[in-house]
Amino acid sequence: MDKDKIVGKPISRLEGKLKVTGAAKYAAEYEVENLLHAYVVNSPVTKGKIKSINIDKATALPGVITVLSHINRPKLAWFDLQYADMDAPPGTVFKPFYNDEILYNGQPIALVVAEDFETARYAATLVEFDFEEKPFETFLTDHTEQARPPKFGLATALKPPPPPPTGDFEQAYQDAAVKVESEYQHGTEHHNPMEMFATTTVYNGEGKLTIYDKTQGTINNQLFVANVFGLKYKNVRVLAPFVGGAFGSGLRPQYQLLLCAMAAIHLKRNVRLVLDRKQMFFFSHRPPTKQNLKFATDVNGRLTAMAHTALSETSSYEDYFESVASWSHKLYPAPNTLFEQKVVPLDVCTPLDMRAPGGSTALHAIECTMDELAYKLKIDPLELRLLNYSDTDPSAKKPYTSKALRACYLQAAERFGWKNRTPEPRSMTRGNKLVGYGMATGIWDALQFPSRVEAIINADGKLILNNAVTDIGTGTFTVMTQIAADELGLSIEDVDFRYGDSQKPFSMFQGGSAMTASTGVGIVVATKELKKKILKVARKMDNFPFAKSDDKDIIFEGGRIYLKADPEISISFKEIVAFNKGRNIKTTNMGKPHMLKLRNYSKATHSASFVEVEVDIELGNVTVTRAVTAVAAGKIINPKTAKSQIYGSMVWGISKALHEETIMDKKLGKYINTNLGEYHIPVHADIKDMDVIFAEEEDELINELGIKGVGEIGLVGMPAAISNAIFHATGKRINSLPIHFDELM
Amino acid sequence: MNNFEYLQAADADQAINLRDKDINAQYLAGGTNLVDLWKYNLTHPAALIDINHIGINNTITENPDGGVRLGAAVRNADTAYHPLVEERYPLLSKAILAGASAQIRNMASNGGNLLQRTRCYYFYDDQVPCNKRIPGSGCPAKTGYNRIHAILGTSDSCIAVFPSDMCIALSALNARVNVIGLDGERSIDFADFHRLPGDAPELDNNLKTGELITSIDLPENGFKDHYSYLKLRDRHSYAFALVSVATALKLDGKLITEARIALGGVAHKPWRVAEAEDFLINKEANRENFSAAAELIVQGAKGYGDNDFKIALAKKAIVRNCMMALDPSSQQPGAQPSA
Ligand SMILES: Cc1cc2nc3c(=O)[nH]c(=O)nc-3n(C[C@H](O)[C@H](O)[C@H](O)COP(=O)(O)OP(=O)(O)OC[C@H]3O[C@@H](n4cnc5c(N)ncnc54)[C@H](O)[C@@H]3O)c2cc1C
Ligand code: SF4
Repeated sequence: MDKDKIVGKPISRLEGKLKVTGAAKYAAEYEVENLLHAYVVNSPVTKGKIKSINIDKATALPGVITVLSHINRPKLAWFDLQYADMDAPPGTVFKPFYNDEILYNGQPIALVVAEDFETARYAATLVEFDFEEKPFETFLTDHTEQARPPKFGLATALKPPPPPPTGDFEQAYQDAAVKVESEYQHGTEHHNPMEMFATTTVYNGEGKLTIYDKTQGTINNQLFVANVFGLKYKNVRVLAPFVGGAFGSGLRPQYQLLLCAMAAIHLKRNVRLVLDRKQMFFFSHRPPTKQNLKFATDVNGRLTAMAHTALSETSSYEDYFESVASWSHKLYPAPNTLFEQKVVPLDVCTPLDMRAPGGSTALHAIECTMDELAYKLKIDPLELRLLNYSDTDPSAKKPYTSKALRACYLQAAERFGWKNRTPEPRSMTRGNKLVGYGMATGIWDALQFPSRVEAIINADGKLILNNAVTDIGTGTFTVMTQIAADELGLSIEDVDFRYGDSQKPFSMFQGGSAMTASTGVGIVVATKELKKKILKVARKMDNFPFAKSDDKDIIFEGGRIYLKADPEISISFKEIVAFNKGRNIKTTNMGKPHMLKLRNYSKATHSASFVEVEVDIELGNVTVTRAVTAVAAGKIINPKTAKSQIYGSMVWGISKALHEETIMDKKLGKYINTNLGEYHIPVHADIKDMDVIFAEEEDELINELGIKGVGEIGLVGMPAAISNAIFHATGKRINSLPIHFDELM
Repeated sequence: MNNFEYLQAADADQAINLRDKDINAQYLAGGTNLVDLWKYNLTHPAALIDINHIGINNTITENPDGGVRLGAAVRNADTAYHPLVEERYPLLSKAILAGASAQIRNMASNGGNLLQRTRCYYFYDDQVPCNKRIPGSGCPAKTGYNRIHAILGTSDSCIAVFPSDMCIALSALNARVNVIGLDGERSIDFADFHRLPGDAPELDNNLKTGELITSIDLPENGFKDHYSYLKLRDRHSYAFALVSVATALKLDGKLITEARIALGGVAHKPWRVAEAEDFLINKEANRENFSAAAELIVQGAKGYGDNDFKIALAKKAIVRNCMMALDPSSQQPGAQPSA
C-alpha cells in the first residue's frame, strides 16, 4: 500500500458522529410545515374481497382528515408495466388500493390521514370492514406439489436459471462409491432493519413532489412514483441521505411510498407515513425454501455427481426467485450435475432479496452436504474442499478474474486452530459442554452496475461529486470519498461526495454488494475526465509552466498540479478555476463494467468460515464461542468499514442458523411473531469472539479498482459452519434452520 | 392511541378512589407492559393514574419479623441491586437480572412485574380469537404454534404462560403480596396470587378490580447459601423463558432439610409441587433424588405439539439447577447453565 494513499486506510465513517448524536435525519424525521400523518390499515384477512368499508367512526374522531381506500383513491396508472420498478419480478405487480381484492394477510387496505400520528393510529382501529373470506394456501411444505419453474422477466437477468444438466447425473450417482442425500429447510425471515420504513412527502404544488424515503434506490423510486401517478420525472425528487439499514427490503419501492404520495397528491398537503414494527412484517421477506441434494464422490473423495433442487415460496401474483440451485458447480468440478429450481405460488406477499439471497440458502445445504461426505469418506472436511478445489468456474467453464479461496481456507484454519480438532463427534468437551468445530465455504457474486458521476472542481479548489446512490449504512459515503480523494490527490476534507438524491446522476439501487465497484468506477472515470478538463483549462493560462509537458507527466497532489520531474513548480486548482473566471470545472461520465473483456471470465467473491460451538451436554444450549471468517474480495478500500460488513454478516449467519424465523400460522394464514421481542435476532450475549481476515487478492481484470464487494459474502458460509460444528459437538445433523437448542438435548 | 387523562395520585387512598371513579382508568407504574398493550390495541385506558409518587411504595426496608419489604413502585433494577436483596435474597436478584433488558428493568416496577400479561402471540394480535382477550372466542394457540406455551395446569380454554422471572423467585421464597382496595388492606400468599386459567382465562390473578399492590414481603429465610436460578430460552438474553427454575435449599451436611423448587415458562402461574419438595426432605442432595423430585414436579404435564420438548427439558433443568444450587458460584450471567 502506498503510504500516502487514502484507499486502504481504516477510516472511521465520516457521518458517524452525525448518526450517534442523532443529527443525521432519516425519512421520518424531516421537519416539514403543516404536516399530516398517515397510518396504514392492514388486512386481517388472508384472501378474499372487501365487501364494504365504514369509515364513519374513524372520520368522526377529531383530527382525522380522511380515510383513503380502493373506493375513493385518486386515479392510478392502469397498466402493470407502469407499476413495475427496476427490481420487479415477472408477474403482475401488487397495486395497493387498486381494487377490493385481498391477496395476502397484512395487505394495506386503507389509509387514515390525521393531524397527528397517534390520532391516525387510533382511527385506524375504528375503520370497519366487511369481508368475503376465501380459502388460502400459505405454507410451503403443504403445497410442494404445486411447484413449477418460475417465469422469466427483466429482473431475472441478474438471476439466471440454473444451468442445464451436464454428464449423466443419475448414472454417475448410481455408480458412485460414496453418496449423500439430504433435505434442508428454512422458514420465512424478515429483513427488519432498525429504521422503520417511512416516507415524508412534501407537496410542492400541482404534480410536484419532494419525497424523503427509506430506500436503497432513489431513482428507482422516483421513476415508480412518477409512473404510477402520471407525473413528470423531473417533478418528482426522492431523497434518502441516511438509511438505517435495509438489507434488501429497500430494493423495491414499498407500499408506504405509494400511499404517502397518494395522500399528498389527493389532499395537496405534506404527508408523512411511518410503518410500525408489526407492519414491517407485512411486506417483503426471504422466502421459505426446501432443498434436496444428492452428492457423490469416488473412493478418493473427488466429487463425481451433484444434484440440487430448490423449491421456494412466491406470491400468487409475482414469480420471485433467488438463485439457489446453481452455486455448487461454481465451486466444485463434478462432471455430472443436475440442478433444478421451482417456485410454489402461495397467498403471501412477494418475497424480496434479503442479504445474500439464494447464496446463503444454497451454501447452507451444499456445505453441510460436503461435511456429511467428509464423515462418510473419513476425510477432514477442509481436506475435502481442497481436494475438490477448482481454480476455474466449472459451471461456466471459464477462469475466475481472481480466486483466493485457497488462501482463505488456509489462513482461517490457521488462525482458528483447526488442526486441534479431533474428528469424532462428541469427542471434544469442556466441563458441561460438548465442543464442536465446523467449517464451510462461502461464495457470492461480484457485480458491477453502470453508474454516472458528476465531478466538479469549485472556486475553493474542492472536489464535489454527485451521484444518486444511497448509503444504507455500509460506509458508501466514506469509501467513495476515499476513492475520489486518491484519484485527484486530495485529502478527504477536500472531497464532498453528495448522494442519496434522485436528481443526481444515475445509480442503480444499492444491492448485490455491487455499490463500491459501481460508484467507485464511476468516480474513477469521471475524475479521470475531470483531470483532462482541468489541464485543458490550465493550458490556456499565460503563465502555464508545463506548456511543453505531456499530460501524463503531470501529477495531481494536494489540490495542485506538478511535474513529476520537478515538484518545485506547481499551480493550484484554485488558481486554475480563478483563471476560468471562477466558473467550476466539471464533467459527468458513466462508469460501466467491461462487459466485452469480462465475457471470458467468471467473477465471484469467496470466503471460508470456521466456527466453534459449545453445546450443553444435558440441556442442549448452544453458544457460538468463536468464529473466524476469511474473505477474498479483491481490493479492500477501507479495512474498517469492510470488517464491519463482515462482522455484521457473521452475526447474521449466527442469526440465520440459530435464531431467526417468522412463524406462519397455517390455520390463520398469517405471521404471528411480528415484533422484535418474539422475532429473535442475536443480542450481545449471543456474540462472542469473532475474527475477520482479508486474504490478499489482486484483481486487475474485474474493474479499474480491483474491487469486488463485501456486503454479503461474510454471511454465506456461516450457517453451514455452525450446523457442521453442532454436528461435530453432538453427532446430530439438524438440517432445518433455525436450529432450536431443544433438538440437541 | 386514544386520548386519555393523566392523573397523579399522592397516596394509596387517592389512587384507589380515582381508580374507582372511572371503570376505564388504569394504574401506571413503569408502563413497560401497559403501553405495549395499548399500542397493540388491546387496552384503551380513559385515564392513567400514576402511582409512582406514592411515598410508601418507593422503598425497600426491613420488617420487624426479620424479613424485607419491597415497595411496589421500586424498579426491578433497583430491587435486584439493593444490598438487602443482593445479600439476603440473591435468588431474587439473579431472577430479576435474568429478565428483559437493562433498559426495561430500569423502568419496570415490582408491582407491575406481578401483573405483566402473557406473551402468547395470539393474545397480542387483536385480529384473531383468544379466550383471554375475548372470553369464548376460542384459543388458536392450542392447535397453532405453541412452542412458548404451557405444559402444566392448562385448561381447554387457555394454555398461556405467565412470563415473569422475578415471580418464580418470589414464589420459591414464599413471598406475600400486600394490597389495598376500597374494602381495606389484605395480604395474599404468593401461591394464591396468580391463578390457573380454568374456564376464566381472562383473569390472570386474584387481585380484585381496583386493588392496588403496595408492597411485597419476603420472609426472613432467603436461602442465600444454596440457591440457583436457571433460565432456558432461544437466545442468551432478552427473551422470555421456555423453562426456568428457581431452587432454594437448606442443607444439613449432605441432607436436605428444606427445599423449594419453582418452575417458570411452563404454566399460567409459577409452578410449585409440595409433594416433590416434601420428598426431598431428609434426602441426600444428589442427582438421583433431584431427578425423582423432577418427575413429581412435571407429573401430569401435557404437550401441545410444538412445546412437547418442555416436558423433558423441565426435568433436566430442575436437576441441573438443583445441582447448581449446591454451589451457587456455578451460576452464569443471564441465568445460563453452569459451565
Ligand atoms: C421486550 C420485553 C421483554 C421482557 N422480558 C422479560 C423477561 O424476560 N422476564 C420478565 O420477567 N419480564 C420481562 N418483561 C416484562 C417486564 O418485566 C414487565 O413489563 C414489567 O415488569 C412490568 O412492570 P411495569 O412497572 O412497567 O408495569 P406497567 O406496564 O406499568 O403495569 C402493568 C400492569 O399492572 C398494573 N399495575 C402496575 N403496578 C400496579 C400496582 N402497584 N398495583 C396494581 N396494579 C398495578 C398496571 O395498571 C398495568 O395493568 C419484558 C418486557 C418487555 C417489553
Ligand atoms: S393460550 Fe390463552 S392467551 Fe393464548 S390464544 Fe389461547 S386463550 Fe389466548
